[in-house]
Amino acid sequence: MLEFLENIIPSSPVALVVFALFPMVIIIVYALFAIWLERKVAGFIQDRLGPMRTGGFHGWAQTIADMLKLIQKEDIIPKDASSFLFKLAPFMIFTASYAAFAVIPFSSGYIGSNINIGVFYLLAITSFLTISIIMASWASNNKWSLVGGMRTAAQMVSYEVPTIVTVLSVLIVAGSMNLMTITEMQTGNDIMGFLPNWFIFQNPFLIVAFAIFAISMLAESHRVPFDLPESESELVAGYQTEYSGMRWGMFMLAEYADMLLLSLLGATLFFGGWNSPFGTFMSGPIWGFGWFMLKGMLLVFVMMWIRWTLPRYRVDQLMHICWSILIPLSFVNFVLVALWEMIF
Amino acid sequence: MQKQLKEGYQTFKSIFIGMAITLRHLFQPSVTIQYPDVRVELPPGVRSKLYVNIDDCIGCLLCARACPVNCIDIETVKATSDVDLGKTSTGNPKRLWVTQFDIDMSKCMYCDLCVYPCPTNCIYMVPEYEYSEFDRKNLIFEFSNLSPEKVTEVKDKLEKENEEKNRQKELAQQKKDQEKKDQETDTDTDAGKAGE
Amino acid sequence: MTNQITANIHETKEMTINMGPQHPSTHGVLRLEVVLNGEVVTRVHPHIGYLHRCFEKYAEAMDDYSKVIPYTDRIDYVSAMNQEHGYVIAVEKLLQLEVPERVEYVRVILAELQRIASHLLGIGTFGLDLGAFTPFLYCFIEREKILTIFEKISGARLLYNYICVGGLMRDVPDSFKPETADFVKTFRPKIKELNDLLSYNQIFIDRTANIGVLPAEVALNYAASGPMLRGSGVSWDLRKNDPYSIYDRFEFDIPVGTGEVGTVGDCWDRYMVRVREMEQSLVIIEQALEQMPDEGNVMEAVPKRIRMKEGEIYVRTETPRGELGYYIISDKSSSPFRVKVRAPSFVNLSILPAISRGALLSDLVAIVGSIDIVLGEVDR
Repeated sequence: MLEFLENIIPSSPVALVVFALFPMVIIIVYALFAIWLERKVAGFIQDRLGPMRTGGFHGWAQTIADMLKLIQKEDIIPKDASSFLFKLAPFMIFTASYAAFAVIPFSSGYIGSNINIGVFYLLAITSFLTISIIMASWASNNKWSLVGGMRTAAQMVSYEVPTIVTVLSVLIVAGSMNLMTITEMQTGNDIMGFLPNWFIFQNPFLIVAFAIFAISMLAESHRVPFDLPESESELVAGYQTEYSGMRWGMFMLAEYADMLLLSLLGATLFFGGWNSPFGTFMSGPIWGFGWFMLKGMLLVFVMMWIRWTLPRYRVDQLMHICWSILIPLSFVNFVLVALWEMIF
Repeated sequence: MQKQLKEGYQTFKSIFIGMAITLRHLFQPSVTIQYPDVRVELPPGVRSKLYVNIDDCIGCLLCARACPVNCIDIETVKATSDVDLGKTSTGNPKRLWVTQFDIDMSKCMYCDLCVYPCPTNCIYMVPEYEYSEFDRKNLIFEFSNLSPEKVTEVKDKLEKENEEKNRQKELAQQKKDQEKKDQETDTDTDAGKAGE
Repeated sequence: MTNQITANIHETKEMTINMGPQHPSTHGVLRLEVVLNGEVVTRVHPHIGYLHRCFEKYAEAMDDYSKVIPYTDRIDYVSAMNQEHGYVIAVEKLLQLEVPERVEYVRVILAELQRIASHLLGIGTFGLDLGAFTPFLYCFIEREKILTIFEKISGARLLYNYICVGGLMRDVPDSFKPETADFVKTFRPKIKELNDLLSYNQIFIDRTANIGVLPAEVALNYAASGPMLRGSGVSWDLRKNDPYSIYDRFEFDIPVGTGEVGTVGDCWDRYMVRVREMEQSLVIIEQALEQMPDEGNVMEAVPKRIRMKEGEIYVRTETPRGELGYYIISDKSSSPFRVKVRAPSFVNLSILPAISRGALLSDLVAIVGSIDIVLGEVDR
């Protein structure tokens, strides 16, 4: 895709910028859509309609209107807040989410950076999310924010372990850290004659791995039942308490981008990335992009569905689930995946 | 270990049961309506705004007295003898001009207590609920249909009549006094005559 | 020595945090001064009075006993019918007034419907405190049906002023009986759905079982009442233990906390008592609908003017939140000399510091939710 852009755009730095901005466009369009979808899913699950007015058909322009409202709002920085860190945190959190998209293979024709340590880079860069959330909570000079930030730190650091171990079990099967290579390995429909070559079908223990990944994914992107950093009924709004206007909007954007990132990672690792479920039928760079986003959005939808069904866990239970259930289980599963790979 | 396994099974089972319920609701029609476009039909006797049929009001002040928050403000002027205010539709004779009948809906607590004592059923609740205002003063509803000129006119008239009455009363009194005096002097003279 | 040094390094300070009056889960304007050690609550101090509206003084200022009724609605705006019922019974007892049969039945049906509506709100907001948003709205759908029934009979949705001294403000419409029966029929499956979705959800159980345990003895010592007391396993319900109105004519059970998933008297028990009470209320409504006379003037016994003798009375009734008492002193004038309200929420709230010591911050939210306070009633 970069060559294509360099062909049509004479200046190559401009072509690079356009190339790099592609995920940004996806994130923003997706965030606008996902926030609308979240409201609609919430509405329909609760026997309501959700937004119906703005824009005509089922209020499709509601999020755009909200964004415009957020941009116009007064920029409030608390008097005793650490002004520099307070301002920096929202940008940093969004930068971290955005940077992580660089290694996601959106289609066979597009990957931001086709590096060999793709997964490693992704897991490393998402740690910035933790740091920026702590930064936001500390800089706010608010007790609720502080409690929320401390919870976030504990939660995200803990849940990184099962995430990484389950990702590792996929890496055993794939033998590569390059996400593009991992996706390419899942091309074709060979399992039992019709099933696609996706990793989740290749190794039965990877189903367990996916279950663990899905749970830690909920915790990493702090969604219900693990939404303790924000938990609005306990901590008011957690680390976002003092934020308003577009700064708060950045957190919101980053949160949804994070959801998409983890869903896309899950789709790449377990569900064949941009591969079509029908073999060569409807495959190709454009179709591939469609399939990939569809898979990602399905996972996002499940996350929303869970959110509007369940209550939330308490912080000690959250830690208990992570340290005494998920981590041992993921390690045991890791060994079993490896054994299965050795034997078959 | 067994207990933990059982609990884990319970957790997943209950989560999936819950998700099945929410999925079922996802495809159920909504119970809400699109308010300004669609409106619910309010049942009869709903309490949302006070209305006064001023033509039937006899100015008896019963509603103002029944109000727990004193949101009804009534001022009446007695009709002069030369005007006949007629009768209400319930047949009660009207004897007072209702020069002021203000209801402050921002104070009203919608208790319906003013409706019951009214002898002519002229104050009642109507199903009108969209009367928000930017200014609180606009929530004071004035029901009296007399123009200010008319009010001053009836007041003046009453004053004049009262003055007239007072004067007549005074005259009558004076007359009485005069008569009394006269009588007294008469008796005096009589007595004087008798004494002579 | 080394231990001493490390202890100093790791010494943490207690943090005082101000929860409310504008916190999303303090059910109104309760303010809790919470002293936290990490996330563990060491002390809680409730501050009340943000919704104080001088009910008792207002009642003295009214020049008629019936003018107080709209104010009783506003004590506990979530269960206005029960508040009116208690006050009206007290005034009627002072007047030694006999109320027609039909009126009594309508009042009982309304009180029980209101109990269901109030519990639905309590359960829904409790779920909301724990992060479950959807059950809250499912509860509201059902509550809305009850409010529609109330709107049809009284003309108002929340603050009814419908029960008056000696009778009812207006007769119930013909549609009242079939509609209520219909509601009873459709509501039973909804309770089951609620149980599946929330009550027996393992996450919900994990959050509420063994949390905020209130032993029966402590509950009695603090004079708790209502679901708060019954959740601790004490079978005490004024409808059964000291029947007022016509409650002695109905067959129903008093659900008590059993410690089914945890300890007796934990948050889950208090919650579950409410759910089961809704079922019992349905049982009462069904019986009352069957026995209710179809004809009868509801305004028959309403006095033209309330002429009170000197006297005093204390009447207690069972509201959704517990034992509501009205203590009325009357003199010969037309306004009450004194109206004192024993508000169950106020008494129940006083237990909060005792049972939330050592709980986590998240548990504190659950405990406040399980007490099911209405700040209007706490402050009056």
